[in-house]
Amino acid sequence: MRKLLLGTAAFVLLGAGALAAAYVATDPKLPSGPQAESHGDAQSFSEVEYGRTMLTVADCAACHTAKDGGEPFAGGRPIETPFGVIVSSNITPDRETGIGTWTDEDFADALWHGFGKDGHQIYPAMPYPYYTHMTRRDVDAIHSYLKTLKPVHKQVVSDTLPFPLNIRLGMRAWNLLYFRDGRFAPDPAHDDVYNRGAYLVTGPEHCGACHTPKTVLGGDEAGKLYQGNVIQGWTAPNITGDRRRGLGSWSIEDVVEYLKTGHNRQAASSGPMAEEVGLSSSRMKDEELRAIAVYLKAQPGQDDGAAPVPASDPAMRAGAAIYADSCASCHRGDGSGVRGLFPTLAGAPVVQQLDPTSLIRVVLQGARSAATPSAPTGAAMPSYDWRLDDAQVAAVVTYIRNAWGNQAPAVEAGTVAKSRRAFAEQAHPVE
Amino acid sequence: MLILNRRRLLSGTALVLFTASSAPSRAGTIAGALPWAPGAAAPPRPVVPGPWHFFTPAEGRTVEAIVDRIIPPDPDGPGARDAGCAVFIDRQLAGPFGRAEGLYDHGPFVTGTKQQGPQSRLDPATQYRGALRAIDAYSAQHHDGRPFVDLAAADQDAVIGAIEDGSLPIEDVVTKDFWTMLLKNTRQGFFADPVYGGNRDMAAWKWIGFPGARYDYSDWIDRHNEPYPHAPIGIAEAPLWRPAASK
Amino acid sequence: MRKLPHKDVAIIGLGWTGSIMAHGLSEAGLDVIAFERGPWRDTAQDFPPTYAPDEYRYRVRHELFLRPAQMTFTFRNNPSQTALPIRDWGAFMLGNGVGGGGLHWNAEMWRFEPSQFMLKTHLTERYGAKFIPAGMTIQDWGVTYDELEPHYDRFEYLCGTAGTAGNLRGAIQPGGNPFEGPRSRPYPTPAQKQPFNATLFAKAAREMGHQPFPQPSGNMSQPYTNPLGVTLGPCTFCGYCEWFGCGNYSKASPQTTILPVLVKQPGFTARDNCEVLRIVLDAGGKRATGVVFVDTDGEEWEQPADLVLCCAFTPFNVQLLMLSGVGEIYDPAAKRGNVGRNFTHQTVSTATAFFDPATHRFNPFVASGAIGMCIDDFNGDNFDHGPLGFVGGGYMGQVQTNGRPIETTPVPAGTPTWGAKWKAAVKQNYNSSVYSGSGVHGSFYSYDDVFLDLDPTYKDRFGRPLMRMTIDFHENEHKMSAFLTDRYAEILRAMGATRVDKLPRTGHYDVTDYQTSHLCGGAVMGAEPSTSVVNRYQQSWDVPNLFVIGASSFPQNAGYNPTTTVGALTYWTLDAIVNQYLKAPGPLVQA
Repeated sequence: MRKLLLGTAAFVLLGAGALAAAYVATDPKLPSGPQAESHGDAQSFSEVEYGRTMLTVADCAACHTAKDGGEPFAGGRPIETPFGVIVSSNITPDRETGIGTWTDEDFADALWHGFGKDGHQIYPAMPYPYYTHMTRRDVDAIHSYLKTLKPVHKQVVSDTLPFPLNIRLGMRAWNLLYFRDGRFAPDPAHDDVYNRGAYLVTGPEHCGACHTPKTVLGGDEAGKLYQGNVIQGWTAPNITGDRRRGLGSWSIEDVVEYLKTGHNRQAASSGPMAEEVGLSSSRMKDEELRAIAVYLKAQPGQDDGAAPVPASDPAMRAGAAIYADSCASCHRGDGSGVRGLFPTLAGAPVVQQLDPTSLIRVVLQGARSAATPSAPTGAAMPSYDWRLDDAQVAAVVTYIRNAWGNQAPAVEAGTVAKSRRAFAEQAHPVE
Repeated sequence: MLILNRRRLLSGTALVLFTASSAPSRAGTIAGALPWAPGAAAPPRPVVPGPWHFFTPAEGRTVEAIVDRIIPPDPDGPGARDAGCAVFIDRQLAGPFGRAEGLYDHGPFVTGTKQQGPQSRLDPATQYRGALRAIDAYSAQHHDGRPFVDLAAADQDAVIGAIEDGSLPIEDVVTKDFWTMLLKNTRQGFFADPVYGGNRDMAAWKWIGFPGARYDYSDWIDRHNEPYPHAPIGIAEAPLWRPAASK
Repeated sequence: MRKLPHKDVAIIGLGWTGSIMAHGLSEAGLDVIAFERGPWRDTAQDFPPTYAPDEYRYRVRHELFLRPAQMTFTFRNNPSQTALPIRDWGAFMLGNGVGGGGLHWNAEMWRFEPSQFMLKTHLTERYGAKFIPAGMTIQDWGVTYDELEPHYDRFEYLCGTAGTAGNLRGAIQPGGNPFEGPRSRPYPTPAQKQPFNATLFAKAAREMGHQPFPQPSGNMSQPYTNPLGVTLGPCTFCGYCEWFGCGNYSKASPQTTILPVLVKQPGFTARDNCEVLRIVLDAGGKRATGVVFVDTDGEEWEQPADLVLCCAFTPFNVQLLMLSGVGEIYDPAAKRGNVGRNFTHQTVSTATAFFDPATHRFNPFVASGAIGMCIDDFNGDNFDHGPLGFVGGGYMGQVQTNGRPIETTPVPAGTPTWGAKWKAAVKQNYNSSVYSGSGVHGSFYSYDDVFLDLDPTYKDRFGRPLMRMTIDFHENEHKMSAFLTDRYAEILRAMGATRVDKLPRTGHYDVTDYQTSHLCGGAVMGAEPSTSVVNRYQQSWDVPNLFVIGASSFPQNAGYNPTTTVGALTYWTLDAIVNQYLKAPGPLVQA
């Protein structure tokens, strides 16, 4: 019963209703958007090149290329979900096992509405509720590029969810409730840069999928776009203009550098974001990253008015000792870190998220930071799970969230204990 | 919800694939990216107090008595027995060290010059066993049939002196080489991190003023000729890390 | 035996030399595979700050080192003795795993003196040929300091070396080493801060008329991003450096300077836990066709390659040549062969100084591997050897790297080694004495009776003969060590010590007594094939598509740590391969 409930909530999570204001609902079969007439031309070099660029922006490789030497875009990568694992599909132009027989119309139908060529509903693991905002030109360009790939004959069985979740018919009902079809329309109150950012963020980059908090039923929380969320044991932090927890204290250049290199004067990406940076944003043009920064920094933050945990708190005192003896040799005694190597903790939004999941994770398991061409070091945080018990992890995490002028809710030992179990299960799933 | 998980989380798969293809002792191929997997590769496994692992109870008492003469207790600092040196040696002899694991063990075994180093065919565990037998035999022979543990301190020192100068015979063992090993092992147990069973409560470190497993003296490189104020920490624990202890 | 697909380059050993060559050659567009006998080693997972500071595990139990069961040597002092196997390590340590010696070193980053590269010519010109002791087989390197200078510079900038320049393009600089060769630009980072003991040493040395300067260090004085874009952090003076991996990315190593970019090179692959057994030669023995290696299942594989680079540690480079039949093994009696000839180590000595605990508190645990103040007044030929009757020298300094108590609890000579008196002496002196394991870093010149060859009795785990080391100190080194140690002790006394115990190098070379891991020679470079194994580009005279890279090329060892010169020679050879050899494969020097 509990599992089923979770499943239901999960299916509801896709609701993109809060985004609707920015879009104009259109007939799904009619092209729209800035360059509606431009259809793909797989023979055109510039079209193919543009398609490759858009494919990077949309980060298709993240799911459709299997890890550790998988053929590019031949699918087969397991996608972990709370109710089981589904496997990404083969999108090379193989006629039998890939999408070699698909027309541009078929492809657009998949990206915009989540329908496969045979009319079956695609699981929203494929983020069509975001891709629906993409222009026809961008969708066609991606298809043009995919057509140039070497066809890979590889049958992927993606439908591996247990009953009743394997009934794709159910997806149609879900779509009726939570899917808002429609292309992006610029907001005339803002300039072109902002609107370009809005298009990228809400469409191909689909940032909200991870970074927008969800309601109990899994829908986007009204008025909380990009204010941070928890997914699969990672905190997807607040990326609004909030000064304490969001991007408010970062300059446009800071955001661009982070997306470009995975690092900036304060932060180092790790986990899913490091993967995103490596596959997608590090390969994007600076002006596109700048547009993303402009749009995100303009989004409203939250004012939770939390008070810091006092330094006299026993957990803070133990945390200070643990920090001095375990953390300071890299992050420095004053939490200033070392640029390009060890993230800054003092004043850093990432440690002041309301949710501490990522902090607990990197303390317990360690993490490898992003290695990109312009920041190739890829330093790693070691694991402390063998050295610190739950109360000690809670203490040191509480400390870094409340030292040096930081403020964020204290972390309890019980929360760490739960995370410890969840991470262990994730690393060694029970079959 | 599925969409939220569309990025397969690196850590989960990476661990499985990493351990399957290139666990520490297996040949592997590295290309494209620095390998990484969650967790520590080989964290220390602290010694758990309890019964002897290698020594018999009688041997354990003898070793405790010997190490306590090598590093005797005094009002200023602990002796080797209370510091756990015998436990340290016991656990070491029960492990790879005791089995001479990793050392070159092909014959022929020939006694060479001092410069050529120990050439014993016996592993440390076997040498200890034989030496402890020899030590009691020597004690009995020189002190009215009494074993080492029953001797007065001065007599115990005389027996240890006979190990040191090589005059106490040990079957198939070069006594001076054994002495070198015993002395080293005792000091190691005294000064090694407490995770190995010796240096209990970091007592030896506190006694000489060594701050232990600290990794950051950035603030101290410029502070010349000043007393360092912080108590030692161990690899696995320190008193101040306990939230309760900070109250 | 199974054959793998062909590669352009096969590299044996993935330490400093292997990773520099692999990076340079894969950048030149070649397909490169590197074989490493030991495991991949990663900072955060294998030696994080949490368990790196474990003296017993790393210093005593040799966690990062080769196991003698896997490979060892036999040893004797002279050819009249029967060599016996080294069953456990003592006099030197052999790194194992990716990073090699570059992982566990102290990162003391010295350049050799310019006259070193023309040592025989220089000493003969200054003192006459008769001044060189009988049996000493020193020779010129075939390459000059000026030729190597750009490559020294490149290695120092790779590593972020912290130091104070002493000679900038010929102009002597205040505070630096006035005896060093001219450098084209300053060190990439300023010198490290110094602890109390080093500061006292510098003051005393200066007052005695010497010229102290900070030891050039690969422990970072500040964050540094090298030309490859890789960032190192500042050293935190933890005192767990030599024998240990650095847990916070602050010691230059392949891990912290080059591996992150190397693994991303499209043409590069590494195989760890794979031991190369031999270099495969064609029927004529004049061309290498690849290597044979064994994996952890005991399976043998052949890896064909156009170019083979021996980048293993000194004696293993020599051993690979011997076991593969490249060149002729040195025979001192017959005066034939060069492979194994001119094997050298180091002549290290020191003195321990004891101070009044009421007035001196050294906090010896506040240290880094390459910290310290040194003088070079008695190194190389920086002083007149004429009246002294020996050649060679060494730098000396207060270079105490740790206060780890298993290793470093100095007591005055004559103190019992156990019991209440020992204990009282430890307590009394722990924080008020200074002890540098290699306070005097003396040279070890080459001799006709110090060499490597194959042992007739002892075998490795594959049944192949172990390599035999025949090595001892000679009168010249004893005289040198006595002289240098006296000078060192004078300075320690002037620091205000109440007692100084001198520990000059005396007697025979002892394989149980650690004195650096600077094994050198055995496959030496030179201008003439009659006295060398490799030419001035470290290219085999016998097999031109084989390069043998590292300290195995040193014709003799100077009074300095060798790694910076190894790095310079590596870049020098890389340049020669990329700019000359790849354009016209074949001998770069005509024999």
